[in-house]
Amino acid sequence: MSEPTKAPPAAAGRAATKKELPEHFKAYKHVWVFIEQERGQVHPVSWELMGAGRELADKLKVDLAAVVIGPPGEAVQHAAAESFCYGADLAYIVADEVLTDYRNEAYTKALTDTVNTFKPEILLLGATTLGRDLAGSVATTLLTGLTADCTALDVDADGSLAATRPTFGGSLLCTIYTLNYRPQMATVRPRVMPMPERIEKPATRIIEHKLGMVEEDIVTKVLSFIPDRDSAKSNLAYADIVVAGGLGLGSPENFQLVKGLAAVLGAEFGCSRPLVQKGWVTSDRQIGQTGKTIRPKLYIAAGISGAIQHRVGVEGADLIVAINTDKNAPIFDFAHVGIVTDAIRLLPALTEAFRARLSPHSRDRIAS
Amino acid sequence: MHIVVCIKQVPDSAQIRVHPVTNTIMRQGVPTIINPYDLFALEAALQLRDKFGGEVTVLTMGPPSAEDSLRRALTYGADRAVLLTDRFFAGADTLATTYALATAIRKISETFGAPDIVFTGKQTIDGDTAQVGPGIAKRLGLLQLTYVAKINEVDPAARTIEAERRSEGGVQVLKTKLPCLVTMLEATNEIRRGAMADALRAARAQIVTWSAKDAGVEDISKCGLKGSPTIVKRVFAPSARAEKAVFVDFANRPPAEALIEELFKRQPKLEAELVSSAHGF
Repeated sequence: MSEPTKAPPAAAGRAATKKELPEHFKAYKHVWVFIEQERGQVHPVSWELMGAGRELADKLKVDLAAVVIGPPGEAVQHAAAESFCYGADLAYIVADEVLTDYRNEAYTKALTDTVNTFKPEILLLGATTLGRDLAGSVATTLLTGLTADCTALDVDADGSLAATRPTFGGSLLCTIYTLNYRPQMATVRPRVMPMPERIEKPATRIIEHKLGMVEEDIVTKVLSFIPDRDSAKSNLAYADIVVAGGLGLGSPENFQLVKGLAAVLGAEFGCSRPLVQKGWVTSDRQIGQTGKTIRPKLYIAAGISGAIQHRVGVEGADLIVAINTDKNAPIFDFAHVGIVTDAIRLLPALTEAFRARLSPHSRDRIAS
Repeated sequence: MHIVVCIKQVPDSAQIRVHPVTNTIMRQGVPTIINPYDLFALEAALQLRDKFGGEVTVLTMGPPSAEDSLRRALTYGADRAVLLTDRFFAGADTLATTYALATAIRKISETFGAPDIVFTGKQTIDGDTAQVGPGIAKRLGLLQLTYVAKINEVDPAARTIEAERRSEGGVQVLKTKLPCLVTMLEATNEIRRGAMADALRAARAQIVTWSAKDAGVEDISKCGLKGSPTIVKRVFAPSARAEKAVFVDFANRPPAEALIEELFKRQPKLEAELVSSAHGF
């Protein structure tokens, strides 16, 4: 019984509902982006959200604030300073030793308290494992609306956040509002929003907020962190070139053809959702609404029909090439270049042709 | 040990069709399944019960037909099934859903014993929000372990659980106290083939069916559409791109050559970029 089962009224915005925003919510102003930093690294989705947040703040004529939560020290200070280069007007910092590793209890308190103290109207988080864990807890604590995995964010004429996301398993899009509660919360997956340009700016307004929690208050302990082996890491979301396969490949063995082409191109490989459901490919390689969103310079989709839930995950690619035997497949509605042929036959030929073109010999030719 | 597993009956998304004119979901004849992610939660719960003894209660909120999924869960070996069904629950967003489910879990606790662990899948395949697990935990004041890849140890005497939680770039090994809520990651186990005895039991089992009132819901305005802070205003199909794909003509050339020529023609810089990508610099 998720949001989409509701019947949508015709008109949009608060004008369409009877209720006025309750008085105590009218003090809620400004747009916030939660800056996700772990082990000294800011997740790039945070800067992508700053780009989206800047646009919303400009339309609403309010401030854009970054919220950085973590241990005291260089990493958090640097993340806050960096947020100004991505468009922040001010930054909030909650720094405490108990926030060294992500733990739901401490981070939920940090973010909830900051919201209750400074009252933002919009709060955006990355839809990462951390962001989703945190957003669900914070929204439930605040008893406000949270729209997950948005693909577009906008504000209406009356200032309401219009959050659009795929629905019904990715077969349609819907626009969702949180009209009578504040803050309006939304998560956005990595790579859905373009990375804004970084412009050097001084860090001007930084507001520190105390956590008011000690280690003894926190039940959950982090025993260790086991980093993924390099071989297991996929950089799919941030890859420049991606080759992916779908059901049109016919068998799990044929998925090797996708990997073969990816290897020659120095690309990451991926797949559509049915291949994960069939167990042909692991879920970390899934591209689409429920997998990874990608924005490569070149995306080659082999034997993928192009359901909406796949489309929203790849639309940001500069050049989409679709290989499919069905010239009416929906993927040709959003691909730039199409070729109507059997991917099983084309992929080996394409791999060889690229190999010949990209050999060191031809590299010399380009250099000269 | 008492374990509650929250499941959801969802349309088999592989078979969902959208009406081309009205943009509505054509539900007729679409089979329903247990949300596939929930099966990993169910199997994890069954394994703990087999190890420590006790009971697994499966809970779902949905229309009366959701009984089918509960019976299926019983065939896998769950001990008890609770169906929360009431027209007041219709149209619930995730916040209203967690209110109803948390209320029902309190009632389960009173009626059948307090749960040590509440399991959910990491998300559903129709809503995809991953918000309901954390929401239930918050409402019940349970500690939460989300995206759990592996439960290393449960110590019922010491009331502790140690688990590996997927995070960006690695796994966190966490230790926390029972009772807690766990959302299981996919592909972490494989649902068992139920025993014949379970299948027979499931066919005859009495499904515990509760209305909002039965479950102890005190404030009906917190349920369903009324209790949902989010409002869906528009449902629409994405517009087709203005220009359709340019189809590569390969009547006179090998298709691979024709395709590569077209790519390099459209993006002259691509060849140099591919060379550097292919050679790793």
